[in-house]
Amino acid sequence: MSTATNTIEQLANREYKWGFITDIDADSAPKGLNEEIIRFISLKKNEPDWLLEWRLRAYRHWLTMKEPRWANVKYHTIDYQDIIYYSAPKRKARPKSLAEVDPELLKTYEKLGISLQEQERLAGVAVDAVFDSVSVATTFKEKLAELGIIFCSFSEAVQDHPDLVRKYLGSVVPYTDNFFASLNSAVFTDGSFCYIPKGVRCPMELSTYFRINAANTGQFERTLIVAEEGSYVSYLEGCTAPMRDENQLHAAVVELIAVGENAHIKYSTVQNWYPGDAEGRGGIYNFVTKRGKCIGRNSRISWTQVETGSAITWKYPSVILQGENSVGEFYSVAVTNNHQQADTGTKMIHLGKNTRSTIVSKGISAGFGQNSYRGLVDIKKGAANARNFSQCDSLLLGDKCGAHTFPYIEVRNNTARVEHEASTSKIGEDQIFYCKQRGLSTEDAVNMIVNGFCKEVFRELPMEFAVEAQKLLGISLEGSVG
Amino acid sequence: MLEIKDLHAQVNGSEILNGVTLRVNAGEVHAIMGPNGSGKSTLAQVLAGRETYDVTKGEVLFDGKNLLEMDPEERAREGLFMAFQYPVEIPGVSNTYFLKSALNAIRKHRGQDELDAIEFLQLVKERMKLVEMDESLLNRPVNEGFSGGEKKRNEIFHMAVLEPRLAILDETDSGLDIDALRIVADGVNKLKRKDNAIIVVTHYQRLLNYIIPDYVHVLVDGRIVKSGSKELALELEEKGYDWVKEKAEVEEAR
Ligand SMILES: Nc1ncnc2c1ncn2[C@@H]1O[C@H](COP(=O)(O)OP(=O)(O)OP(=O)(O)O)[C@@H](O)[C@H]1O
Ligand SMILES: [Mg+2]
Repeated sequence: MSTATNTIEQLANREYKWGFITDIDADSAPKGLNEEIIRFISLKKNEPDWLLEWRLRAYRHWLTMKEPRWANVKYHTIDYQDIIYYSAPKRKARPKSLAEVDPELLKTYEKLGISLQEQERLAGVAVDAVFDSVSVATTFKEKLAELGIIFCSFSEAVQDHPDLVRKYLGSVVPYTDNFFASLNSAVFTDGSFCYIPKGVRCPMELSTYFRINAANTGQFERTLIVAEEGSYVSYLEGCTAPMRDENQLHAAVVELIAVGENAHIKYSTVQNWYPGDAEGRGGIYNFVTKRGKCIGRNSRISWTQVETGSAITWKYPSVILQGENSVGEFYSVAVTNNHQQADTGTKMIHLGKNTRSTIVSKGISAGFGQNSYRGLVDIKKGAANARNFSQCDSLLLGDKCGAHTFPYIEVRNNTARVEHEASTSKIGEDQIFYCKQRGLSTEDAVNMIVNGFCKEVFRELPMEFAVEAQKLLGISLEGSVG
Repeated sequence: MLEIKDLHAQVNGSEILNGVTLRVNAGEVHAIMGPNGSGKSTLAQVLAGRETYDVTKGEVLFDGKNLLEMDPEERAREGLFMAFQYPVEIPGVSNTYFLKSALNAIRKHRGQDELDAIEFLQLVKERMKLVEMDESLLNRPVNEGFSGGEKKRNEIFHMAVLEPRLAILDETDSGLDIDALRIVADGVNKLKRKDNAIIVVTHYQRLLNYIIPDYVHVLVDGRIVKSGSKELALELEEKGYDWVKEKAEVEEAR
């Protein structure tokens, strides 16, 4: 395989395409974390007292907690006093339309390939763009409003729909949940809010585009999606960050609530945070808590994630299946190349009767990458006839990388049925040769084989996203077969 | 078209090809026969560029170009095709998508326009008939769960779509039932032209009743010990390989 290895090594030195830094004046809090900073953030955002109180309770709780170390990842201790918790692009007032948004910002989005103007014109995807800590512009808002759909930045929701926010914030991920969720609850700066009223099928994919720009900034966004009876929404989340030598922390919380009967929320992520360089310097620490709760009968929550970026990924999008016949799904592709580490998976917590869950996890490791699947299927006493099917496949590209699987299964109801399948394979030299014999280059061969491996997950993604995910996968794995 | 001169190849230090010399002209069909483990597949794979094998000596020219210097994909794009003795499965990748990417890579190399989905589908429909491929095999992942015979037929289907200048068929007949053998052989015959050439590796004279070779070569211990016309295959069937082996030893002793 010597020539193949060579090509691959040349390609390994690819550059992170999204690594530019936008030059704009930021309105930042000083470094460090204390109650003053939290008050500063809350004041900046003109928040009601109850929210400040909630933040402070979270902060005080966080002080009593220890950073978790059970994940199968290694990293330097994070100095929480060395992070800026608030950074906002300076501007006058809240923009009423795109015309009022700082042109520099819009240029950044154009570089990212998501021109807001264009998107507004093309119709199809409504974007809520989060730039560091503040939501810059939300498109399509008016059109959605006609249907009674609320789609706005979290800060706006706090101002305009405080009752909804108050009712659901922390209802799935309480501020005591875990170290990073508590931190987020104390200092979160912005994020997206989405409310789909009874019987409404959201006619377009809703999308948030996150980008970390300022140096030494932590990004702590908070997303809350509420779907009422008989409603449906498909939500897309995409992420990039500039290249920096330091590590940056990203500790988000996402809460999904399928409140009513037959409510369906589909949440898709393509995560392409900066992974660090080939030697493992820099990159994002992606410590995220994502959880959904199916309250209504026959309600359904589906998580689909394609995780190609970040130095470290620590995330377990989960579903609490409370309503009878409710369905939870988790489809995941996680890629670790060079020195990236991922510890990801899901928790399916079956409370209600006839609840069903499906887990499909595809881990791809290359270079020195370490990829762990960690999943819990928890069938509680009341979950008669609950069903789970889990499939965890790992693909190794090279022999210095690793794949690990930690499936935990707890069954407290003997009418439940749980199936678990797992496999680990190495990308075959014979497969690559077969492709090459038919005229395909090594990269195309690897791409094709890896995409084939991920097919069951990609087909869960909305079309445009699936195409982007395939491209990203190709870029992330360039130069990785040995 | 193809000129192999004194080709030696090793795997893990042990010599498998011991000086193969062979010349194949456009429009010709050559059959290579020989006992198990004599190096037939090795020869095919070395020609296709498999890196498991180290070429230690010799030269191979393909249309005057040094074949051994090219990457496997370059050889394929130059028009060399090998039907695998053991076709490989590629889970999750549909047969048509795979073939379309392959064909377009080859076309691009030749400076031709890439085919779009509709043009490609037309081509596929037409070539499918050549080997009476079942349509359901088109959208299934490449070779995954295919029966032994279906895999072999699929290899010839690939050949029909890619239209190579030189096709090396490594035991394509083994695993095919009697009807399939006839159909596949007919397909190969229809793909035969004045400007292309075919090398068939086989153990059975039966195939050569359908694909009639211009030359038959016998490979023993990594060397061609006897070449002849199609009658040689009949003779081999009758007398077995010991007969040529003995003759070769006598010649060597001289
Ligand atoms: N990758 C390999 N590693 C070790 N030995 C090998 C390898 N490939 C081939 N050989 C050996 O080289 C010899 C020739 O093998 P080859 O597959 O070329 O034979 P063949 O003539 O095609 O046989 P058959 O008729 O059984 O297909 C055999 O002894 C085989 O074991
Ligand atoms: Mg063989």
